[in-house]
Amino acid sequence: MQETKKTCLHGEHVKLNAKMEVFAGYDMPIVYQTITQEHNAVREDVGMFDVSHMGEFIVKGIEATIFVDNIFTNQITNKESGSVTYGMMCYKNGTIVDDLLVYKVNQEEYLLVVNASNIAKDYAWVVQNTDNFDVTVKNVSEDYEEIALQGPNSEIKMLEILNIDLSNLGFFHFGNFEFKNHSLLISRTGYTGEDGFEIYADSKAILELWQIFIEGFITPCGLGSRDTLRFEAALPLYGHEISDEITPLEAGLKFFTKIDTESNFIGKTALLSQKESGLTRRVVGIELEKRSIPRAGYEVYVGEECIGYITTGYLSVTLGKPIALAMVDRPHTKRETKVEVKIRNKRIPGFVRDKKFLKKKYKTKGA
Amino acid sequence: MSKVIEGLLYSRDHEWVKKLNEEEVLIGITAFAANQLGSVVFVDLPEAGDEIVANEDFGAVESVKAASDLVSPVSGEVLEMNEELEGEPELVNEDAFSSWFIKVKLSNSEELDDLLTAEEYKATL
Repeated sequence: MQETKKTCLHGEHVKLNAKMEVFAGYDMPIVYQTITQEHNAVREDVGMFDVSHMGEFIVKGIEATIFVDNIFTNQITNKESGSVTYGMMCYKNGTIVDDLLVYKVNQEEYLLVVNASNIAKDYAWVVQNTDNFDVTVKNVSEDYEEIALQGPNSEIKMLEILNIDLSNLGFFHFGNFEFKNHSLLISRTGYTGEDGFEIYADSKAILELWQIFIEGFITPCGLGSRDTLRFEAALPLYGHEISDEITPLEAGLKFFTKIDTESNFIGKTALLSQKESGLTRRVVGIELEKRSIPRAGYEVYVGEECIGYITTGYLSVTLGKPIALAMVDRPHTKRETKVEVKIRNKRIPGFVRDKKFLKKKYKTKGA
Repeated sequence: MSKVIEGLLYSRDHEWVKKLNEEEVLIGITAFAANQLGSVVFVDLPEAGDEIVANEDFGAVESVKAASDLVSPVSGEVLEMNEELEGEPELVNEDAFSSWFIKVKLSNSEELDDLLTAEEYKATL
């Protein structure tokens, strides 16, 4: 049993009386006040998350671009320095090692941001694939702490509280900024479906920023609302909508792959053949017609046949109705298909729907 | 320290049982259980006419994050469910001891002898 890790903000969470739980080996805040209040702060105003548990790797070398291109499902060769790209790493069989953000510093340097629960596995995978490339990979997860500031008022709060003007920072772009004597890496990214920023820095800087944000009345938000927010935006979570048994195509993430281009990457052949032969299942949205809560793992039925399972589900905080993401066998993936979700000893009726539970409000213009 | 009310009976699964008369009881969850759950957003209850069995699940109380099964402290027939909780599940957090879940007609009133007194329940917290 490994010792539970703490982020540099652990003492702050305890001071705020957060309900703590171990997640991915870290003792993390689940909720400070209520999930609903924290969720609504992000949807309507602004909230902040300690996401220091996330993993960061630096890839450097003259072949850094072709190396990352080979392990990453999405395009990066044509991207400019200062861009951030979402995508996945796949095994040869097309299933997913992890999803991640790739920050392009320049043609010879990249920052990879991976899920906390997968750091060791991902690092091993990345290093294992460096054999034929002139690159070095460094796991800098312990040196990088991170706060996510999310919500429609994020930009104005960054200006008001830190005097950092991010109006020119484009969606999925990053830059280096100074605050007092600290250097911060800030990207216009997030995991909530709202405008917002992710701030990476060393522990001293992150602790100071957190305290300043608290003094500035920014709502601290725990992993509870992080999940309800990402779910409503239909953003996948490793271990739920994606995993080492699920491919990007099955997860509905083809948009984040380059399988229709000339570029090669690990897993491409398998994904192309899966595309050729046709998918047997896919992640869909489900809405229930009766008040209830469809939770991860619950079975989905058409008649007496179990045709899938819930990957994530909630009584949506923003919409107030029971909705879910579910892995469903074809041909039951068509919209309006009548299904039932088995909740305890009852079958609750519902239907297959699109995953656009909520209109995303990213700031994609004006940069 | 969570409130415990004298005169009620308690289960080790954090339910309270209030005797209305020799054969009818109200069942709810304790303030301790409500605090542990966080904000209650949904209570899934059996309907009038359903049979419930001691030590078996009879429904669930759910927060945003998780569902907790309700384990029945007694056996009998459900006479009524608290319909108020359908529209206002947050009442459970506001006052757990007046937010009863179901009214039950006991099939074996001796089961009440297995439940804890307020003092005994307090000692388990």
